[in-house]
Order: sequence, then structure tokens, then C-alpha cells
Amino acid sequence: MSSPSDPPTTTAPGAVIHDIGYRPYSGPRLGERAVAWSFFVTGLRNSFGLGRSGRSKILPLGLVGLMLLPALILVGVLVQARDLLGLDEHIVPYSTYPITTQLLISIFVAAQAPALISRDLRFRTITLYLARPARRTTYVLVRLASLMAATFVLIAAPLLLLYVGGLLADLPPGRETRLVLGALAGALLLASCLACLAALLSALTVRRGLAVAAVIVVLLVSYTVVATIQGISLDTGNETVGEVAGLFSPYTLVNGVQVFLFDSPEATATPPTSDAMGFLYLAAAAVTVLSAVGAMLARYRKVSG
Amino acid sequence: MAPPGATVWEPGSRYVGAVGVIETAGLTKRYPRVTALDQLDVKVGDGVTGLVGANGAGKSTLIKILLGLTPATSGTAHVLGYDVATEGSRIRSLVGYMPEHDCLPADVSASDLVVHMGQMSGLPYPAARERASDVLRHVGLAEERYRPMGGYSTGMKQRAKLAQALVHDPRLVLLDEPTNGLDPSSRDDMLALVRRIGTEFGIAVLVTSHLLGELERVSDHVVVLDSGRLLRSSATTDFLHKTGNLLVEVQGRPDADRLLGQALVNAGLRAWPTDGRMIEVEARDETTRDVVRDLAVDLGLGLVRMQERHHRIEDVFREGGAGSVQPV
Repeated sequence: MSSPSDPPTTTAPGAVIHDIGYRPYSGPRLGERAVAWSFFVTGLRNSFGLGRSGRSKILPLGLVGLMLLPALILVGVLVQARDLLGLDEHIVPYSTYPITTQLLISIFVAAQAPALISRDLRFRTITLYLARPARRTTYVLVRLASLMAATFVLIAAPLLLLYVGGLLADLPPGRETRLVLGALAGALLLASCLACLAALLSALTVRRGLAVAAVIVVLLVSYTVVATIQGISLDTGNETVGEVAGLFSPYTLVNGVQVFLFDSPEATATPPTSDAMGFLYLAAAAVTVLSAVGAMLARYRKVSG
Repeated sequence: MAPPGATVWEPGSRYVGAVGVIETAGLTKRYPRVTALDQLDVKVGDGVTGLVGANGAGKSTLIKILLGLTPATSGTAHVLGYDVATEGSRIRSLVGYMPEHDCLPADVSASDLVVHMGQMSGLPYPAARERASDVLRHVGLAEERYRPMGGYSTGMKQRAKLAQALVHDPRLVLLDEPTNGLDPSSRDDMLALVRRIGTEFGIAVLVTSHLLGELERVSDHVVVLDSGRLLRSSATTDFLHKTGNLLVEVQGRPDADRLLGQALVNAGLRAWPTDGRMIEVEARDETTRDVVRDLAVDLGLGLVRMQERHHRIEDVFREGGAGSVQPV
């Protein structure tokens, strides 16, 4: 390796490198909020593989495509065969779509949370961030926000496609707007729950594969168990058991909140029926997000860099 | 996307050199079972300052405190005039840090990382790109800067780590063992670069090493730590002051050094054998050199070398008792 101060005698004939020396920087330096914003945008882009290697684009962008595909088909059917089938509403309601496509959403979160969170711990890049002006808390919150926003984009994109398709198919605009806004609020809540849980699991390990597996297992197993209990409780008439069980998977939890708050069509066997249960669902969602954020902050207080 | 709340940081607020770059007073850091720093009073100025100490002497703890990442148990520390306890964020915006350990993500290129880190230090994107390209050139990363860093050699990784510490044009860089794991020629390059940063670039440097010979070459000032205490802090030239002795080497016969040594003693001078087959002679006055020359001629020996003998930094350790530091 040659020192940068070497004379340009070693370069190719005709090419001359002029060493103009070190130039100090006298331009503007941005404040804390601007730095946090640029960190957020970078994290959001990285979640979809943008600004990373070509290989890391395949999975997230492929999942976005797969998420949109059913919505596209549903819209196509609605527009083409509305009169034929006598449809006056969406074949799959907005609020049900995330539960139907939950496998794709779970895979996305499981793959991208470790890419954002475990990576910095594994390569100890976190040291470089901690040695910059931003505070530790800012780092944690911005990383969470990036993951949350990326997950929201993934969940909300097909909902918007359905909405536009519905308007093209002359569904009543007022009703559709009300429904899609409720579903988008639900998507935001679901993205928050999923991102916080996945980020926390990823922050506990520096092994990326382990984090991916842990997130997948927690999300899929919890949903399968909850859905089974709900099915049995409906069949045996113990619906309260099923309603309580619904608290323990992010998908059924958020769907229950939507049923309670926006009167959305139910997508689970036993949605919350009473007001008390509805408030319990809301409280459980809030506790999930806040305790995960708190645990993340506590976890990073121990990271010395 | 335009960043919200962009504020211009007025250049007038920059540190102008009236105060020491680093000043600590009674700085102490105690962990439950060990005292990492014990009543440390250090003052570091511009130029290159070497921080020497064995592993566990408290070098890395001191750096963490200076960056405002770890609170001190007692005592105070100021960096560029700012208090580490309350103005850590301000300090971190003016300081560059090159950690000792690996910290580079394997799937990102050096170019992307340095641009990103520039932005994290508050540079707008276009400026971060320009600065990144500049510093990568200065540290000597050419086309390889566009490749993922997972495939870099140790030398290239150290250069990338150094580049990210320089991208925001800091007033001070803290370099933790920058020559660790480098082969001799890369180590020379790195040391030359450290020297350039402190002189040409005009950035104050605090560089740690457990290898004394390295710091002797690049530092203006050396701070020696031993078990969290300050063993010595002085200009490198003080460490290397003249001993008042001459180092003489002669050739021509197998026992040439012994012959000349005996002749010198017979002539009334104090002389003794020293490293290799050389003779150390106490230089009493101006005539000592002539006596050495004349005796060598009389004995028919070839006078290969006659020079003043300097101290080396490691002599301080022999005197001070910090024997675990490795001299080079």
C-alpha cells in the first residue's frame, strides 16, 4: 500500500494526481433534529434494501410485490365483475387484509428488524453512532421509527390500492374513505406493535439468524395458538376465553381494537364484544408498544460501545 | 427530502486555541471491583499527543469519559473547553473517534459508511459526500472504497475507521491503537498519516499505543499512564534528551571494541561496553571526541560511528516501574 503523500510517479502514464492537501470544512452543520431525520430516512431506505447490496433488495421488495398482488387481483375482479357478482363492497375488507397476508408481514419484520438492529450490535457499529452528537435515546427511538415506518408502508400500500380500486369501481366514496382511514389507523398500530416486538427480540442477540428465527416463531406461533383457542372457545360457547386469548397475538389484538374503535368487520372468531373488553384491548396494545420501547431503552443503556 | 429544523452552526463558536485541548483535574473512575482512573491530572495541547500504558492502564476508560459516554466517579474533564459531564453532545460534534476494535459493517462500502457518518455528525448530504471522498483519498483508500468492507484487509479497515473519524473535520481526533494488527509497512504508513493529521491537517491528535517506539516517532508530547495514575507527562523531546554520552563503534579487528575501550579507560575516560559491540563514553568536554578519534587511529581501527546518545521513552518505564509496557 502506498502512502497518500507519495509523489504521483507510480500512477499510469498521462494520469497525474494533484495533492491539494487537507481542506478544512467551514460549511453549515445541522442540528439534532436534522441529523435524526437523515438517520430515520437512511433506516427506512435500508429496510427496503435501498442503499444496500443488490442481494438485500430481493426479499423486502419481493414481499412488497407479494403484498400488492392479491389486492391487485381483488381490485381487478371488483372492477370487471361488479355487476355480474352483485358486489357493493370489497371482497376482502380493509381491516381483514393484514390478517390474511400476515405471513408476508411477519417475514418482512423478522428479516428487516435484525438488519437494522442486530447488525449495529454485531459489527459494533453502534460505537461509531454513540461517538456522534446524537444521544443514545435518539438512536434507539429513530431506529424503532424507521422499522415502524417501513412496516407501515408494507401494510398500508395494498390498502391504498384497494381504496383506489374501490373508487374506480364506483363504491360509495364516503363509506370507503371512512373504512380505509380506520384500516390505516389499524395498520399504524399493527406496524408499531410488530416493529417494537421484533426490534426488542433483535436487540437481545447479535446473531442475525437467531433474531430472524425468534421473531418468526414468536409471531407465527402466537397467532396459531390464539386462533386455535378462539376457534375452540367459539365452538364450546366460552367466548370470553377466546376474547382474552386475542390479546396475545399482535394480529388479533389490533384487529380487535379496530372492531372496537371503528366497528370494522371482524376477522377473528371471537372479537371483543363488551366495552370493557374493548378498552382492555386498547390498553394491551398501548402496553405492548410502550413496554417494548422501555425495554429497548434499558437494553441500550448497557451497551458501552 | 429537505431536513427540517436545519440550523447553521456559527463558525465563531469554534474553539480557538486559548484553552488546552484536553484538561482533566482529579479525574477518577471506579468500577465496583477496580479503579480504572485514579486522581488523574492531565493537560493535552495541540499537535500529536501519545497516550502510553499497558493494557488495562485506563486508556480506553479515559477516552470514553472524554467523549462523554461514561460518567466519571469524581473529578472534572474538559475537552476543547467543554465539560464532559454536561456538554458531551457538543464535544462529540467536534471530536473524531477511531475505536480500537472492529466496528465496520461487512455489507456496506467504506464510501457509503463515511458519507453516512458525516451526516450523523451534522454535515448536509452533498457536503458529507465531498468530505468523504476527500478523507478517503487522504487515508489512501482508492477504488476499494466502493467494495463491501467485509472483504477488507486489516490495513484497509484501519484506514476506513480513520476516515470516518475525520469526515466531519473535527478539532480533535482520539485514535485508539490505530496500528493494531498492521504489518510493519502498513504501520509506517499509518504513523505517517497520524503525524500528518497533527501537523498538516491542523487537527489535534490523542493517539494511544502500548508500543513506545511508535509514539516516540510521531508524538510531540507523551502522557504515560500506569494503573490509572499519571506516571509522567512531558514533551517527547524531554524524554529523548541527551545523556551527555557518546556512542562509539569501531571495526577492523575481532576484539576492536575491547581494545578501544581499554585504551579509553587508560586515557582516563569513563567508558563501558553497551548494546551490540559498541562503546559508550562519558563526554567530559570538547576534547573527548578528539581523544576517541586519535586512539582509534593509533590502534589502526576503523571508526564507524560516533554519535550522541539519546534517552528512549522506555527508559522512563525502567525508572518508573511500569514494566509491563512493551518497548519496540
